[in-house]
Amino acid sequence: MNASPGIGRDFARRLLRNRLAAAGGAVILFFFLVSALPGLFASHEPNRIDIVNILRPPSAAHPLGTDDLGRDVLARVVHGARVSLKVGFVAVGIATALGLLVGLLSGFYGGWVDAVLMRFVDMMLCFPTFFLILSVIAFLEPSIWNIMAVIGLTGWMGVARLVRAETLSLKERDFVAAARAQGAGNARIIFRHVLPNTLAPILVAATLGVAGAILTESALSFLGIGVQPPTPSWGNILTAGKDNIEFAWWLSLFPGLAILFTVLGYNLLGEGIRDAADPRLKGR
Amino acid sequence: MLRYIARRLLLTVPLLVGISLVSFLMMHMAPGGPIGAGTDLNPKATAESRARLKAYYGLDQPLHVQYGRWLGRMATLDFGDSFSPDGRPVAEKIKERIPITLTINVLSMGLIFLVAIPVGVYSAVRKGSLFDRISTVAVFAGFAIPTFWLALLMMILFGVTLGWLPISGISSLDHESLGILGKLADRAHHLLLPVLLAGFGGLAGMSRYMRSNMLEVIRQDYVATARAKGLPEGTVVFRHAMRNALLPVITILGLSVPDLLGGSVIFETIFAIPGMGQLFYQGVMSRDYPLIMGILTIGAFLTLLGNLLADVGYALADPRIRQG
Repeated sequence: MNASPGIGRDFARRLLRNRLAAAGGAVILFFFLVSALPGLFASHEPNRIDIVNILRPPSAAHPLGTDDLGRDVLARVVHGARVSLKVGFVAVGIATALGLLVGLLSGFYGGWVDAVLMRFVDMMLCFPTFFLILSVIAFLEPSIWNIMAVIGLTGWMGVARLVRAETLSLKERDFVAAARAQGAGNARIIFRHVLPNTLAPILVAATLGVAGAILTESALSFLGIGVQPPTPSWGNILTAGKDNIEFAWWLSLFPGLAILFTVLGYNLLGEGIRDAADPRLKGR
Repeated sequence: MLRYIARRLLLTVPLLVGISLVSFLMMHMAPGGPIGAGTDLNPKATAESRARLKAYYGLDQPLHVQYGRWLGRMATLDFGDSFSPDGRPVAEKIKERIPITLTINVLSMGLIFLVAIPVGVYSAVRKGSLFDRISTVAVFAGFAIPTFWLALLMMILFGVTLGWLPISGISSLDHESLGILGKLADRAHHLLLPVLLAGFGGLAGMSRYMRSNMLEVIRQDYVATARAKGLPEGTVVFRHAMRNALLPVITILGLSVPDLLGGSVIFETIFAIPGMGQLFYQGVMSRDYPLIMGILTIGAFLTLLGNLLADVGYALADPRIRQG
């Protein structure tokens, strides 16, 4: 299945016909746009403190109200989109790259390489991920870069297992044997023949992974060990929501809706890609 | 069966060694080593506790000797003394916090089963019906809603606006003066929201899982046979199909331990519940390394135990596993 144009077009058509997946994609595009052009969606500065207008409910001047320092909540939610996006993509990039490497090596070479790597995966999976993330962050300074690295470095095991399983079955296939008969080396077989065929499941895992990473980042920032104020992130706006829970519902409601829609978008798109890549699994 | 359990137990030994190795390495990869990191960044650590730590880790010994000692202490659950002002043994602090965390998680697991199994079975049996479509939408929403955000909204609705439920702690101020029934009611009143929210994350996943299991089973030949014999649909669904669809759920139960533990950090912090999750959070915030490593290790043990129980439970329920 060396991605011939016909198959690619088929895939795209199936994906677009899936209304839920298309809706998910639209939500994701919307948030991309928000991150790229925040000025278009919010007229206020996200960090401009205004002590006269503290904790004002939604109004014409501040459509989503103001926080405990009088900052415009809409502006903070809009600028927070970029943080979420960045964390989601970088963390998943790290996790996917690592998982791909480990999975390919493990599945292709087998033997002791496989045994060592897979026992290491088992070991990593023994630790509750959220515990592991918090522990590592306790040793470092909480910052957006550390958060991305830590979420990525604790999230690659699923991808590794997935790629390993795919590789194991792919390397026994006739087209790999044919390539080998033509004199292709291991590197060529791995990168030309095995890797391209694992892309569909990886794409599904990565899309769902972005959703997971965004959720994790928001939880960490909410707990005060993620993205640090004054940089706005959906999670740390919610911290202000909790601190002012008796008087300012708008601080709690809106950032959460942003998280909800973003995560929903990636989940729907991920499921859509899965169905489009393998229509037999549809409806599971 | 005994042979299966013995073999399964043997498989956990290398994992236990692995857990200890990872936590050992983590302590040593910390900037400045276990003592530097702990004390430089923690103003509360005194010169005395620094000396105690040095002796505790035996940093003058070669690495493999240090690791051997670490392994020995882990086997006896000795994680050293906390950096916090009280300086009590970490194991003791964890022990008094575990019951409430386990109580909430067990209750929420019960809730997940009570709700998710009927929902999953019904959606599968009536695939494509209005109920199925609504529950599918709810499942997707459930996957996307951050639990801590839902907790905030529930606190605003039931705690602040309606004033029905308390929003923090596990007992009222007058708890001690209540009778035994009053105490129980007070506790239930405080735990209602935390248990609902702890279970929420698992609900979506479990009902989706139950639905796909059920769909899988219902296509099997023996279900068709049962129908062909003229059995009533209820008997076919509950006696024949559901019993087999439930089997893999045992596994999920065991595998959900790490997620539940991770979740307990969040909801115990939000609701100010004095459990292990809150203790862990406090440890992270004050860089109390012995405490962090202690809870991380206990968490890994509990995860391993969950996996073990899942496998053994599955083997008990399904003869094909223990013979294969």
